Amino acid sequence: MEQKYIPKASLKAWLGKVRDDGRRLYAPVTENGKTSFRRVKSADEISMEHVQTAQSAKGVAFPRTERLFSYVRQPDGDVTLQDYDPSAIPDTVVFGLRPCDAAALKPLSGIFGWDTEDKPFSERMRRVVFVGVSCSRCDAFCFCTSVGGHPGSAEGSDILLTVVGDGEGYLAEIVTDRGRALVEKGGDLFESATGISKEDYLAEVPVRFSVEEVQRKMAGAFEGDIWKSQSARCLGCGACAFVCPACACFDIQENARGSGAGDRIRCWDSCGFSLFTLHTSGHNPRSTQSQRWRQRLLHKFCYMPQRLSVRGCTGCGRCSRACPVDMNLAEHLGEFEHL
Amino acid sequence: MADNIYLPHPVTIEKVTQEAPGVRTLRLKFKDEEVARTFEFKAGQFGEYSAFGEGESTFCIASSPTRKGYIECTFREAGKVTSALAKLEEGQTMGFRGPYGNTFPLDEWKGKSLLFVAGGIALPPMRCVIWNALDTRSNFKDISILYGAKSVADLVYKHELREWEERPDVNLLTTVDPGGETPGWKGQVGFVPAVLEKMNPTAENTVAIVCGPPVMIKFTFPVLDKLGFKPENIYTTLENRMKCGVGKCGRCNVGSKYVCKDGPVFSRAQLEALPAEY
Repeated sequence: MEQKYIPKASLKAWLGKVRDDGRRLYAPVTENGKTSFRRVKSADEISMEHVQTAQSAKGVAFPRTERLFSYVRQPDGDVTLQDYDPSAIPDTVVFGLRPCDAAALKPLSGIFGWDTEDKPFSERMRRVVFVGVSCSRCDAFCFCTSVGGHPGSAEGSDILLTVVGDGEGYLAEIVTDRGRALVEKGGDLFESATGISKEDYLAEVPVRFSVEEVQRKMAGAFEGDIWKSQSARCLGCGACAFVCPACACFDIQENARGSGAGDRIRCWDSCGFSLFTLHTSGHNPRSTQSQRWRQRLLHKFCYMPQRLSVRGCTGCGRCSRACPVDMNLAEHLGEFEHL
Repeated sequence: MADNIYLPHPVTIEKVTQEAPGVRTLRLKFKDEEVARTFEFKAGQFGEYSAFGEGESTFCIASSPTRKGYIECTFREAGKVTSALAKLEEGQTMGFRGPYGNTFPLDEWKGKSLLFVAGGIALPPMRCVIWNALDTRSNFKDISILYGAKSVADLVYKHELREWEERPDVNLLTTVDPGGETPGWKGQVGFVPAVLEKMNPTAENTVAIVCGPPVMIKFTFPVLDKLGFKPENIYTTLENRMKCGVGKCGRCNVGSKYVCKDGPVFSRAQLEALPAEY
């Protein structure tokens, strides 16, 4: 993989050039003590002090709410439909996503791309360039190394930056052609990089369990009690799904604008919600929270690997950080190992 | 975007039939002539039906693929979307996406007898298969239908029930729950599983197709066991809640299967290999 070096002082100039041809730039911004991906006009707004942003960068490809098409009902009962216009999707650069978020683009693409292509997702993905930044720090919730990831993994990124030296610059690994085109925009701002090993600058994320063993035990535990004991305190709030970089379940709803016009939209949803599978008749195939917790874990660790050859978890730890009742996914997964 | 999988086809409501209290059949015709000409589906498949302004509901296609030029859906007015669909009148426009899902293996059933067991509003998914079989009658041996509803008024497709009753090549048995009969009722009185046991159909060279509320299915399977039907010769169609219909939204998953892609038609043998989350 081709490597370059860019001094931190040149980052602003590079990102400025990246924005010059009308691309939107999304990057971590800290507001009111919370770091989230926001559209930025200058690298001055970017904050990279965090271990992990509150939300992943998922929304750039799979927005929290998204219009699928619009309709207008005529007074005579006729209806005209207006299709969603992919040419209106802006070219975008996401700067500063962590390797666990970049790795989550694979399960997302698996879900939206298998069998039939989900154009609202794929058309967005076609227009995004992902500039990842390796992790030099981690916290107690991080477990990427337990689920096949790595704090310096380039998977999913078009360019992966790693802070090197005493923090005065970045090693840039050019992963894809799209990444290369973005680096070329920087021209001389990128210097040659020789003799730099990123491994010296990465966080040490401990391996907390053997995921193969966890998956094996989990697959055989469907009728077990572990789901009940683990989820006894789950509130069913869905926060874990809403911060997850790999969760893709969604609802389809109508956003009526009055006078017969409106949009069909999709919005994020969660298998943890009691209404998720509720039939109109009142019958509910997953009527208890423990059944819904079981579905969440089995979906990510058994069904998705079986079906899409990819796990639905990259070990970012957001679900554990966000959980209001301190459920810790890495700990709960570890419990399966000892079943 | 010509290939937006969420964009419905506009369809015109050609005919509205009030089947029972709160239950309607809509006959739909594609507005786009090219779609109307090329649209194909098979028995067991479903679609997403749009009431613009309210949303989509999932129903099977209740008409037979042997009847060309239109599709029909039958639904009970129960929630927001079905209430909106029920307000639509002949000549008005709604939306349809589909056909989705797998199909009843009618080709594999050639030369066999068919036993249909349906309860309440679950006759519509079966009506598609029944007409398909009747329109290709020589492919099958005996065709028997057991259909039950809460009351006489709740029986759907009353005209077609009469037609099936009069056909010499169909054995139809209708039943209503105790208390649901009227003074002139000539059918059976009793719950579907009990009437099925009394009906005592042969399992030999016979496929049973069972559709109904979960409680009916639960008590009908053991009766079929007793009658000697093997799990691979019993079929049903699952009704898990769906939104996208195309294996994305994550709602209808049962184990690693998607009801919308791998189903909705499953044999009992296939169901037994799945977690009971349906």
